Amino acid sequence: MAAVTLPDSAAGLRGLVQDWSADREAFHVPWGKAMMWIFLLSDTFIFGSFLTGYMMVRSSTTVPWPNPSEVFALHVGATQVPLLLIAIMTFVLISSSGTMAMAVNFAYRGDRINAATLMIVTACFGEIFVGMQAFEWSKLILEGVRPWSNPWGAAQFGSTFFMITGFHGLHVTAGAIYLFIISARLLRGRYDGPQAAASGGGNYQIVEIAGLYWHFVDLVWVFIFALFYLW
Amino acid sequence: MDDAPRQHPIALYLKIWGLLFVLSTMSYGVDYFHLQGLLRWGLIVLFMLLKAGLIVAVFMHMAWERLALIYAILLPILGLLVLVGMMVAEADYTHLMRVLFFR
Repeated sequence: MAAVTLPDSAAGLRGLVQDWSADREAFHVPWGKAMMWIFLLSDTFIFGSFLTGYMMVRSSTTVPWPNPSEVFALHVGATQVPLLLIAIMTFVLISSSGTMAMAVNFAYRGDRINAATLMIVTACFGEIFVGMQAFEWSKLILEGVRPWSNPWGAAQFGSTFFMITGFHGLHVTAGAIYLFIISARLLRGRYDGPQAAASGGGNYQIVEIAGLYWHFVDLVWVFIFALFYLW
Repeated sequence: MDDAPRQHPIALYLKIWGLLFVLSTMSYGVDYFHLQGLLRWGLIVLFMLLKAGLIVAVFMHMAWERLALIYAILLPILGLLVLVGMMVAEADYTHLMRVLFFR
């Protein structure tokens, strides 16, 4: 990067053409970050296909679809509040995204203690989310929801619910483990020193890469919340 | 180019965080107040896209990346929209066949 002589700092469309036609690397970011973006793009297609499949079975069935607003309601005292648990889960996941964004910011300032602490907080929010999801699954299974049938209507409700939220929960779990590992390494000083910098790990870039994954998990939940629970 | 996120104040992230909270509350409100029909799904999709845009642009720093990366990531997603469009047509057809022959 230091030996670059071409005016590769051009912005906008001119920069786009230059980046793709200069016969050098197209993405001027560390390779780990570029690969994380490409992985996330492939993951977008997986979740996109799941949600499209869900849309397809929901709009092609002639049996009424169970009303998510009632299915996911919780009793608070005597009143029934619609989607309460899902709303809390949404706020927990958004909060985890907020702490993750601040962890990335601290990492850029070179403050590894705060960055690692905020990453651990983020991972804990993620664990809380998965815990609430486990509660929700148990509740629905007790009420008789199965991937092949449920008491309220179209059988496809169960299969799409378990597949989509299950796959998302798996992503959250994996992300929490990933964050715990990266924060532990950060605290042990693995990303400091000339060795780490030479192997591409310097400057705490890894925190931003882990952050990309975490924000993506939150992003997917935005779509699941809107398309599965609210629709 | 990579130096850009370094200069953002924490306040920016706190503001976006607050904005995401407000948008989530509003989309929950759509369900809570039992809005129906075009208004319901219009608002759901609007809030969903606003939230997704904020997360991708600010939290994931997409707004400060070069166009080469932005286009490489965002353009392929248009393919998903094509899939959705085809599947809407297919689902309508399947539904019609079920109504006509299997009810």
